[in-house]
Amino acid sequence: MATIEVDGKTLEVEAGEMLIKATDKAGIYIPRFCYHDKLSVAANCRMCLVEVEKAPKPLPACATPIMDGMKVFTKSKLAREAQKGTMEFLLINHPLDCPVCDQGGECPLQDQALGYGKDESRFLERKRVVASHDIGPLVATEMTRCIHCTRCVRYGEEVAGIMEMGAPGRGEYTQIGTFLNQSVDSEVSGNMIDLCPVGALTSKPYRFAARSWELQSHASISPHDCVGTNINVQTLRDQVERVLPIENTEVNDCWIADRDRYSYEAVNSDQRLTVPMIRDGNPENDGGWREVNWESALKYAAAGLLTVIESSSGNHVGGLASASSTLEEFHLFQKLLQAMGSSNIDHRLQQLDFRDDSTASRFPISQLPIADFSNLDAGLLIGSNIRKEQPLLSLRLREATLKNQAQINVIGVMDYEMNFDLAQNIVSNPASLVNEIALLAVEVSKLKENDVPEQIALLASPNEQYNDTQHLAAISNIANQLCSKEQTMVTLGAIAQQHKDASVIRFIAQWICDITDARMVILPPANSVAGWVANCTPGEAGKNTVDMLAAKLKAYVLLGCEPELDHIDGQSAMNAMLAADFVLQISAFKSSNVMKYADVILPMAAFTEAAGTYVNCEGRVQKSSVAAPPKEESRPAWKILRVLGNFMEFSGFDQITLDDVTSEVSFENLSSPKGKTQENSDTTIHYHHTRGLQRISDTPMYRAEATLRNAKALQKTADNPPPAAGLNAKMMEKYGFSDSDLTLVVTTNGEGNTVLPIRLDNRVPNDCVYISAGHLETAPLGADTSVSLEKA
Amino acid sequence: MLSDTSLREIQHELSKYPADRRQSALMAALRIAQDEHGWLSEPLIEYVAGVIRVPPVRAYEVASFYSMYELKPVGRNKICVCTNISCMLRGSDEVVEHLNKRLGIGLGETTADGKVTLKEVECLAACAGAPMMQVNRDYFENLTPQSIDEILDSLS
Ligand code: SF4
Ligand code: FES
Ligand code: FES
Repeated sequence: MATIEVDGKTLEVEAGEMLIKATDKAGIYIPRFCYHDKLSVAANCRMCLVEVEKAPKPLPACATPIMDGMKVFTKSKLAREAQKGTMEFLLINHPLDCPVCDQGGECPLQDQALGYGKDESRFLERKRVVASHDIGPLVATEMTRCIHCTRCVRYGEEVAGIMEMGAPGRGEYTQIGTFLNQSVDSEVSGNMIDLCPVGALTSKPYRFAARSWELQSHASISPHDCVGTNINVQTLRDQVERVLPIENTEVNDCWIADRDRYSYEAVNSDQRLTVPMIRDGNPENDGGWREVNWESALKYAAAGLLTVIESSSGNHVGGLASASSTLEEFHLFQKLLQAMGSSNIDHRLQQLDFRDDSTASRFPISQLPIADFSNLDAGLLIGSNIRKEQPLLSLRLREATLKNQAQINVIGVMDYEMNFDLAQNIVSNPASLVNEIALLAVEVSKLKENDVPEQIALLASPNEQYNDTQHLAAISNIANQLCSKEQTMVTLGAIAQQHKDASVIRFIAQWICDITDARMVILPPANSVAGWVANCTPGEAGKNTVDMLAAKLKAYVLLGCEPELDHIDGQSAMNAMLAADFVLQISAFKSSNVMKYADVILPMAAFTEAAGTYVNCEGRVQKSSVAAPPKEESRPAWKILRVLGNFMEFSGFDQITLDDVTSEVSFENLSSPKGKTQENSDTTIHYHHTRGLQRISDTPMYRAEATLRNAKALQKTADNPPPAAGLNAKMMEKYGFSDSDLTLVVTTNGEGNTVLPIRLDNRVPNDCVYISAGHLETAPLGADTSVSLEKA
Repeated sequence: MLSDTSLREIQHELSKYPADRRQSALMAALRIAQDEHGWLSEPLIEYVAGVIRVPPVRAYEVASFYSMYELKPVGRNKICVCTNISCMLRGSDEVVEHLNKRLGIGLGETTADGKVTLKEVECLAACAGAPMMQVNRDYFENLTPQSIDEILDSLS
């Protein structure tokens, strides 16, 4: 500790800390541009100059370490003159075009020019002009306004982990930009906009849409991943115009992912469903669809469902909810299905293996609080592309690797590019994934002198590739870290969880965690934890997603989802829907596919238009708020479900407020104790690969749900490539393909085929082909299959 | 993109620094690359960035910061005339004028036959021998029109 005096006030502060940190904490204002709490100190703008006793010149507060007894003057004549001088220099080359600048009204440069600038410029010479380049669909550039603070450069290099912006040139000729004017492709690029203290980097979709002072703020929660990012949804005359982060050090810090920032575009898009529709007319006219009022639509829906229930039974109805539904929606949804006499309820459309549903409470809650991701010493990611699945958690892992030298390891099926350094990166393939993890369990058991269960030992039975000593060394190195390091975790990512043997992976991973005291982390999609809390999972003897689709039920109720795209096996989803007698979809978006099979489509409010509860992966319960009224005729889904309950004359559907619904949900399981390994779990292997290539599939980040699929700018980013068959260079040569050749992909069971362009993708291991899900073009291939490629 | 010799030289530079400070060898690596190719094209900068394992934009920052890295093709010989204060006082204006006349090009230009590029530079720390110029790797001091002619004639 040190005692210093600032402007005559005595402060007790941390010795060695930078002065600006201490004055910020004490509420003493010092102007600044380049300094940012979360970035390294660059001290290049000189705006923060202050007078320090005994120092001959003013010193930058952001780069002056505190020393005991220091006397600082932030507003003395010397300090003021230095600050004003800096301001004058910063403005000589600035275009002063605030009236046409999106940053106007919320611009640190504008604000500080008011405080420290002159009312007239003495600079009569020619100003420097900098050409702007297109750096992608999300961030707009106006580089003449740039003051070279390098916040955007440091953000990319330090926080996002991918240095995309740089500061080439020198002095007057420095120009901030990307190498060769390439696009900025990071999944967290939008944060640069918030960091830029001038109008050089602004939001492209928001361009010229509003003035900051006209906007109304609404604190809310982002529905897109399991982090529960705190967002500020801003509206102008009841229309969402942009989304900004709200700082929450325990959740998202001051960052948000691009999908949190730009998904609102879908809410305003003309793809919104705005009127209830039923299909009871002549198929010749618009497929028989017509718009009706709510009453007719609800009556029609209730009658349709009741007919099925009466003619067969409630068991012939299935309910699928999108994982991004709110807790209240999940609750009323399952309640409605139960009331119909059906326990076929699920929201897990990204899962194929449900064998452990009955044996263990595999509540997908992370045993590691989000904030502690930054404090890890070691960790293992199994089948996870964490950077694209949970961008903000990936930033925290990066922080851990930088701050703690955390050893993060990967056992996966693709060589995904991470934004932090990996200690071990084992790129396996879908068929061997389980064996790899079993092998790790064996290594762990050796170190812990603890017998590994027979079942696991059998799965680790060495096959050829384990004779590879290098490979074994990598596995035992991971085991070593998990056993010896203090704060550790094992995380199951999307690929692990959609694997045909996901339950076996969970079983082994849980065993490893039990033995090593590593925290088990299951990262579910979107608001899935709330789905579990609200029991939006198969009830007693109920069917899970896969069984529901395989059973070709008579009727389906769909909440916010488009199964043909949301389910990893798009084809069987589509087939089941087409075969059903009656399909009711409640959705915020139009879809021509849904119109092929649905009988009633009810328009629901988008995530910015309905309040609700979100539960993130650590079990944090957060509430979102209404930012804008539901578009046209659309209504909050919880109200639709409730009124539908009334129309079907079920009891228990007379909640008046959202809180009435929330209070029906018990949060008991959230405090459930750590899951323990279940004895006698079923560890039969269901994934068999015999011939052809193993297909690796994941859902690209902006294809995961209807809202994202309708967000225009996100759809144009590099993270949303058109569907293709990805092969590495060696495989391309082996099969004689070259980039963008067309290929006929045929599943080896002969059930599906599709034509796709070949794409060179060196992340794909040998004897595998990467074909993403979430596209209609790839849906015919089903899920998790082996395929062969033929020249088309 | 680089010869084995160049790559070996870069490895040698890298070996001078700790393993987690590879970026320290970036300037040397760019110089080696420029020596081989005469100038640093964008693909070459990207290639060097890959060898050093830094983001391409970082290598480009360095390459564009220092004036001795050439980002455009140059002639077989590079003449850098100092026009800074000492040389100016000792007649660098005439040196430049003479070079312009003899070579038929202005500052920053290259002769049509690709033989010589003429550059204006700041003080090269040889003020005691002003006026001076650097031709490729060598300094020539106390220049006169005659000595300049001799130097030019000796260039291949
Ligand atoms: S673009 Fe903005 S953040 Fe980047 S250096 Fe310029 S002023 Fe700073
Ligand atoms: S804030 Fe201190 S120099 Fe920029
Ligand atoms: S001024 Fe020309 S060498 Fe110094």
